[in-house]
Amino acid sequence: MSDSTLVAPSAWTAIWAVLRREFSGYFRTPLAYVFLAVFNAFAISLAFFVGNLYEANVANLDRFFLYHPWLWAFLAPAAGARLWAEERKQGTIELILTWPVTAWQTALGKFLAAWLFLASALFITIPIAFTVGFLGSPDVGVIISGYIGSLLCAGACLGVAAIASALTRSQVIAFVTGFLACFALVMMGYGIFDDFLAGIFSPRVVEEIRRLGLWRNLEPFTLGVLDFRPIVYFLSVAFSGIGISTLIIERR
Amino acid sequence: MALIEAKDLRKSYGPIHAVRGVSFSVNRGEVIGFLGPNGAGKSTTMKLLTGHLQPDSGSASIADFDVVQSPIEAKSQLGYSPEGAPAYGEMTVREFLSFVAQLRGLKDIRKHVEDTLALCRLTDVAGQTIDTLSKGYRMRLGFAQAVIHDPSVLILDEPTDGLDPNQKFEVRRILKEMAARKAVIVSTHILEEIEELCTRIIIIARGEVRCDEPKEVFLQRGNDLNKVFRELTA
Repeated sequence: MSDSTLVAPSAWTAIWAVLRREFSGYFRTPLAYVFLAVFNAFAISLAFFVGNLYEANVANLDRFFLYHPWLWAFLAPAAGARLWAEERKQGTIELILTWPVTAWQTALGKFLAAWLFLASALFITIPIAFTVGFLGSPDVGVIISGYIGSLLCAGACLGVAAIASALTRSQVIAFVTGFLACFALVMMGYGIFDDFLAGIFSPRVVEEIRRLGLWRNLEPFTLGVLDFRPIVYFLSVAFSGIGISTLIIERR
Repeated sequence: MALIEAKDLRKSYGPIHAVRGVSFSVNRGEVIGFLGPNGAGKSTTMKLLTGHLQPDSGSASIADFDVVQSPIEAKSQLGYSPEGAPAYGEMTVREFLSFVAQLRGLKDIRKHVEDTLALCRLTDVAGQTIDTLSKGYRMRLGFAQAVIHDPSVLILDEPTDGLDPNQKFEVRRILKEMAARKAVIVSTHILEEIEELCTRIIIIARGEVRCDEPKEVFLQRGNDLNKVFRELTA
């Protein structure tokens, strides 16, 4: 009936186009460089000054990765706040929704771009691994698995941040709600909150809650264990984030 | 066959009935002047046609594709410029159009971008960041992203809003050039625009169609179009 055949991009063309636009979008403002600098400053100083990486005199990076859930809980929502909130604010969401691409293709492209950006922040910390390598003889496998774990943890926080960003047109609100949600995930399994839970629930329930937290799932990676369960945990939080943000964008 | 078909569209936001039973169809070669007071349901109707909003009941189709059932097919036939011509401010004009071309699934992206730049007289500012464009260029960019894939259906929400007379003339010229091959809906507040551009008038008020007739018939209603408009939308 129609005069022209269907012209629409393939799923990968669409995802790739969105990914490239979003990723380069980060570097169009000075904010990206501030972000990378802040991440590095915190990652390294927490490891040395709070984690006493140097004084511990052990050639590994578990004191470095120990603080990563905190860092991601704060910085993943900072990087992810713009994902959808910015589209709403600029009005470009109306364009996105009238292009012949599905919302999930856009959501996946956006997520991957932000994840890649967080990965580049993590990548810049690699000199700390060389430092430890220079000072002692660490297990390279353990360091690599630590980085993998940290990256997955970043993805989970970003999934949460994507939902927060889809809900509002204000980046500030997206950041704060994203941070609070990630903060809750960090607290599950952390010292003080753990003690508090132990006062209310039985040890078994407390253990189950811990399993839902970020730290409990990151820990095996820092010990060099690539376990199936934490990988599934991080990826499912990340993908639920993408899925839920897609639904929010579609149902309006 | 109608290229644009709205059948008894209804949409409420909570207790507010923004659109209540809007029906019309648009054929190839027609340019519809879509008029109505602010808050009459114009933009909501357009958003229902473009698939940006889902209707509570009723249906809309573009080139015979239902916008809810076959959104990708419908959208591929559609060019849409939302009110205020939103765009990614940090990109350059050329980058933005080539991004749109990619998401439109076009093959020869460079050619489409350059042709569209020329058609919309944007070549001079192609390397400029969108945030730094004047209003006239910005509106033309909104128009450019809507026509880059030469769609059979064009929906433009206030495309000449805020333009000076020369720029308005320019946008209308481009529109007229391509109108014969397309079904076009233009929402506007400018009643004179009707005479120049449109073949048919649809007036909407309080979410209902108050008037749907050829331009010639509409112009017979009286000399003072503003008065006619007030009476129809009262």
